[in-house]
Amino acid sequence: MRSTRAVIAAAAALSLTLTGCSAAAGGDKSGKTGLVIWADDVRGKVLKPFAEEFGKANGIKVKVETHSPDDLQKDFIDASQQNEGPDVLVAAHDWIGNLVQNGTIDPVQLSQKQKDALDPVTLKAVTYDGKIYGTPYARENLALIRNTKLAPKAPKTIEDLTSTGRKLVAKHKAKDVLSVQVGDKGDPYHMYPFFASGGGYLFGTNKSGEYDPSDLGLSKPGAVAAFKKIAKLGADKVMKTSINADNAIPLFTEGKTPYLISGQWALPKVKKAGFDYEVSAIPGFSGGKAATPFVGVQAFYAASKGKHKTMASEFVTNYASTDKLSKALYKADPRIPASTSVYQSVSKSDPDVAAFLAAAKGGDILPSIPEMSAVWDPFGKAEAAVLDGKDPTKSIKDAAKSISDAIKKNK
Amino acid sequence: MAAVRSTGSGTTAGLLVKIAVLSLSAAVAVWALMPLIGARDWVGTAIVVAATAALFYVYLSPRRLAAKYLFPGTLLLLAFQVVPVLITVSTATTNFGDGHRGDKADTIAFVEAASVEQVDGSPTYTLTPAVNSSSGELTFLLSDAKGRAYSGDREGLSTLDADRVRRVGDKIVSAKGFRVLSATQIASRDAEISGLAVPTGHGKGIRASGISTAYEGRATRVYHSDCDCVTDVKTHHRWTADNAKGRFVDAHGKALAQGWRVNIGASNFVKVLTDPSVRGPFLGILVWDLVFAVASVLLTFALGLVCALALNHPKLRARKLYRAAIVLPYAMPAFGMLLVWRDMFNADYGLLNSLLGLHIEWFGHTTSARAAVILINLWLGFPYMFLITTGALQAIPQDSMDAATVDGASAGQRFRKVTLPLILIALTPLLISSFALNFNNFNVIQLTTAGAPFNSGSAAAGGTDLLITYTYSLAFGGGGADYGFAAAISVFIFLIVAVISAISFRTTRRHEEVYR
Repeated sequence: MRSTRAVIAAAAALSLTLTGCSAAAGGDKSGKTGLVIWADDVRGKVLKPFAEEFGKANGIKVKVETHSPDDLQKDFIDASQQNEGPDVLVAAHDWIGNLVQNGTIDPVQLSQKQKDALDPVTLKAVTYDGKIYGTPYARENLALIRNTKLAPKAPKTIEDLTSTGRKLVAKHKAKDVLSVQVGDKGDPYHMYPFFASGGGYLFGTNKSGEYDPSDLGLSKPGAVAAFKKIAKLGADKVMKTSINADNAIPLFTEGKTPYLISGQWALPKVKKAGFDYEVSAIPGFSGGKAATPFVGVQAFYAASKGKHKTMASEFVTNYASTDKLSKALYKADPRIPASTSVYQSVSKSDPDVAAFLAAAKGGDILPSIPEMSAVWDPFGKAEAAVLDGKDPTKSIKDAAKSISDAIKKNK
Repeated sequence: MAAVRSTGSGTTAGLLVKIAVLSLSAAVAVWALMPLIGARDWVGTAIVVAATAALFYVYLSPRRLAAKYLFPGTLLLLAFQVVPVLITVSTATTNFGDGHRGDKADTIAFVEAASVEQVDGSPTYTLTPAVNSSSGELTFLLSDAKGRAYSGDREGLSTLDADRVRRVGDKIVSAKGFRVLSATQIASRDAEISGLAVPTGHGKGIRASGISTAYEGRATRVYHSDCDCVTDVKTHHRWTADNAKGRFVDAHGKALAQGWRVNIGASNFVKVLTDPSVRGPFLGILVWDLVFAVASVLLTFALGLVCALALNHPKLRARKLYRAAIVLPYAMPAFGMLLVWRDMFNADYGLLNSLLGLHIEWFGHTTSARAAVILINLWLGFPYMFLITTGALQAIPQDSMDAATVDGASAGQRFRKVTLPLILIALTPLLISSFALNFNNFNVIQLTTAGAPFNSGSAAAGGTDLLITYTYSLAFGGGGADYGFAAAISVFIFLIVAVISAISFRTTRRHEEVYR
């Protein structure tokens, strides 16, 4: 009796299983997707109508999937590894080194005509190891944004900026001299203009103009000199760790600081604040070099492990480079268009875009070599330490040692 | 009752449940088997088959009563406790991380594919994908800027007579003997099109760049299996495979960016023990980590106990309301609360300094930063301790308290001699697990101070770095990920916590024996 029951149970279980399996197999076929594009939340939204248009013209379903900007790179690499990644990625150019060393993106074959239509700096930024890895559509950099009611004149030097700011603080018209994000762990990207003005650099360049990881500027005397000047800014309370990524822009838009150092992404919030502002170059130390910011580039990439590589390369090479898309992306997110003709047409009605471009004059391209990942953490910590009053010489030397050790180890 | 019934699925309902659960497990097994068989992973296949067979045997057999109870627990223990530990240990013996993710074949394929370069001075073609009407072979119909037309397939390139093609602008729209592919057809033959390189001699080939243009390119870096090396076609530069490290290295010791995953034995463990950036600050971090974990447990327990005692007084009104209020921090998402606390401790804009009229740079000095994170953790953790001590208090029999009162014990004596020992017997295991959790409390540090303050820019630890946050910044600092190294560190942290927990449990057992 019992064994009969067991047989019935086994038979029923197996038949149910088979039904389940055939249903699952049927589901798989209908789930076949078309071209998949990954972007962050902001750009994903803008891209959707264009992606659909591309899909309609080319007889393929196109899906735009958005990811949080903090997770996009890791998600993309992990998913590519599992062969579950997208066909096209939209991201900043400084990821290229890491994406390439993990074998996740393919070079893009732009024609001479397509190359000629682009700002040469953007083309250089997406070039890694002699190959073009992405189609750039916009560039971005930091600049000084000032509240013209509080500070009518653009400062020529940091000392200028400090004295104007201090007068305003003394008159209780402002709470702080300058809003530039630092945070407890430091923020090398926002510190870099001051570092450059003080005489520091990150990596030297080789004969072909690409960054050379064996020439680390942080271990050179210029870096120490720059950090001494940055330490002074900390002692003078011009730069402080209490201003971070969360409160830097609000402090400025609430009128608590006359100056803000930020990028194009701050502009929508600044405009909403409703006061008059002007964008100008970041001032350098008096007698120092120019305070040049990093130049970053936003681009489209074709995934190596994509399932629709022909369509992906059509999208990245021939569709993403069109002026129409470039203009739409500019409207959604006012960064400097990489297409020179689009730049010329939008800069007529937008003085900010021209001012940001002028502020980037002489700026270094944000390094995209994988060795850069060893730099961020120690470099930022050194900044935070110095602004909290620790010894600048020791801080930057220790950072340089950590970084060069890490670079050597990873080789 | 349940035990009697389960000997043979006595009821129809029991039988139905059994069928449902077994079929579900079989379905899961089949679902898991398909990709395993597809990937020819026979070890994985064998494990799944064996586990499923064992499951069916145990539950369909009328005997094996003990196994019926032990089987699911053992299976889940293996799947969720033992296997992750084994995976961590095995990852620790590899160089898995950025630049070393795939296998060697993947790496070679990528190096060759990424080296494809447009041949100098070669024209760009306007492309029309088509098929040969007679052979069905995929063919590229190409036209260059000078108006010449070609057809190319995997055999080679041939010219097309101008009278055989019709074009609109530069693009060929039809050609005799060929059927032009529609957009949908192109989309469905995607992989075939991107894989075709029409050979033009000397390793060169015409490849599609999208669906409307084509270029003549060639792979400038080629792998040779005889020398196990990659050479550059133009410069004859050579990178030889270093199979111990999983990368291609040239004569100057410079490696190609792409590498592959290899087994590197105990190197990661040796690195943890010998690397000055780990070894140097290790002792200091360990001591602070212990202080943080012990202080967190003791303080949260003390505060939780005080609140529980106060709210346990039978004459207190609205006890439930107070209890609900105390449990609130426990009910709120810790993630958001940590960020709120971080902002409250902000030196210039924080609520704390402005309320108290202070100018303390909380996260700028080691002592104040440490006090701050312990305070934050106290706030987050005491409701939990309150809950469990309330439970333990209510379980203390009233007669032992009465007996102590009759013996003339004061309130203080009753607490020390009766209440506390009885609570501790029940709660010590929870306190030990709370210690283990706080020892690795990544969120509380990472989301508040992020390890600050830092004494310099070295990778040396910050004032509030725990072992877990410090090693996280070493293994993943800035964006480069080194999973092998991270796994090795995890193994060490696991050992430390295991040893401490084992010692604590041993000591407690001795205590319990005294009370028995």
